[in-house]
Amino acid sequence: MSEHDITLTVNGTEHELEIESHKLLVHALRDELGYTGPNVGCESSLCGACTVHIDGEATKSCTVLAVQADGSEITTVEGLAENGEFHPIQESFQEEHGLQCGYCTPGMMMTATSYLAEEPNPDREEIREALEGNLCRCTGYQNIVNAVESAAQKMQESDD
Amino acid sequence: MYPSAFDYYRAESVEEAFELLDEHAGTEVELLAGGHSLLPTIKSGLASPEVLIDIGQIDDLNEIQHDGDSVTIGANVNYATIASRDDLWDDVTVVAEAAKEIGDVQVRNRGTIGGNLAHSDPASDLPAAVLASSATIHAQSPDGSREIDADNFFLGMYATSLDEGEILTAVEVPTLAENEVGVYVKKPSPSSGYAMIGVAVVLETDGDTIESARVAANGAFDHAMRLDAVEDRLTGATVGDDTADEAAELATDGVEEWMFMTDLQASAEFRAQLLKVYTQRALTKAFEDAA
Repeated sequence: MSEHDITLTVNGTEHELEIESHKLLVHALRDELGYTGPNVGCESSLCGACTVHIDGEATKSCTVLAVQADGSEITTVEGLAENGEFHPIQESFQEEHGLQCGYCTPGMMMTATSYLAEEPNPDREEIREALEGNLCRCTGYQNIVNAVESAAQKMQESDD
Repeated sequence: MYPSAFDYYRAESVEEAFELLDEHAGTEVELLAGGHSLLPTIKSGLASPEVLIDIGQIDDLNEIQHDGDSVTIGANVNYATIASRDDLWDDVTVVAEAAKEIGDVQVRNRGTIGGNLAHSDPASDLPAAVLASSATIHAQSPDGSREIDADNFFLGMYATSLDEGEILTAVEVPTLAENEVGVYVKKPSPSSGYAMIGVAVVLETDGDTIESARVAANGAFDHAMRLDAVEDRLTGATVGDDTADEAAELATDGVEEWMFMTDLQASAEFRAQLLKVYTQRALTKAFEDAA
């Protein structure tokens, strides 16, 4: 079969689409559904700019076929804000200047948010390890780590 | 970046996978599980299969079973799951540690142990762990099932003893005994996260004496291999720095320089040096854990 009818639930919205077998998830999200948050940054599954959540798990959407994701719940960076309010990770990236060109940022945020859901109180070394699959050419990572650390703190405080 | 066209079928069971393989015999078919070796290969144009059969969603292949003296890990269990399970860290430490070292978080969420072993990338991490563990690979074909000792499984670059049309269904790993420890150390490529060198050790001790040792390396050669000279030196030796150093020196014994992988990351000469260093580090860590 070279074409498939699939259902992708993206940021809570169900989408039905007909796509070719070889369509990558990142292209289905960007080109078919208009979610341009995840970016295509490399051709080698290394940079992580395409990172989304599939059923809550950080995944490089350039290395998944859209058909493989049929029936799953996908979260992109567009799904982080709630009711027009920034997610703490978005606030922190802004406050801590955790981006310059912004290309790696959606991927960084998606990996960071799923990581913080598992490890709410990481140290800086652990944050760096968790972000190994996300490459940045601009910042040198220091402010990215600051941003994730700051977001972790905010999220813990709001849980108290 | 854009994969060339292919047909995709999803198998809900191993039986269905065989039916699909049979239906499409004669075409270029590949099995898909985690996809994090296959899809990059297709995207870069190194492979252009006509048919993909997705076995990655077969639930039967996603179980972990404890069996007294071994743990059987289903082929579809992903690296993240293996690395997160306390029971696997306790029982089959070297496999858990190797799984934790693979790639990055995103890769570990998708890549599967079955895919890793069947693909047998020279620079992957689980082959050495599985060799050092004396594991058994379970495979199925339309004709039945068989078990393959890890020692007989890894044959060459991307080459295993799986037959055409055979599916790797599980890995059975012996549980570490009270007097055994397992260790995996790795020098990752800074960009790709693959192993420039990875050394796995399973050590059995009686007090300060090494009863037996299994030492295996991946990243160094075109397939994962045990380091016989190191193992021989360790058997009957006393735990300690001298033993670690002397045994590690033997890591390149019986290995010619042409057998080492050489690429943009590291020359054969550098890999030979790294092999000794990381063997020494693995042994030192194993000795510490054994104490």
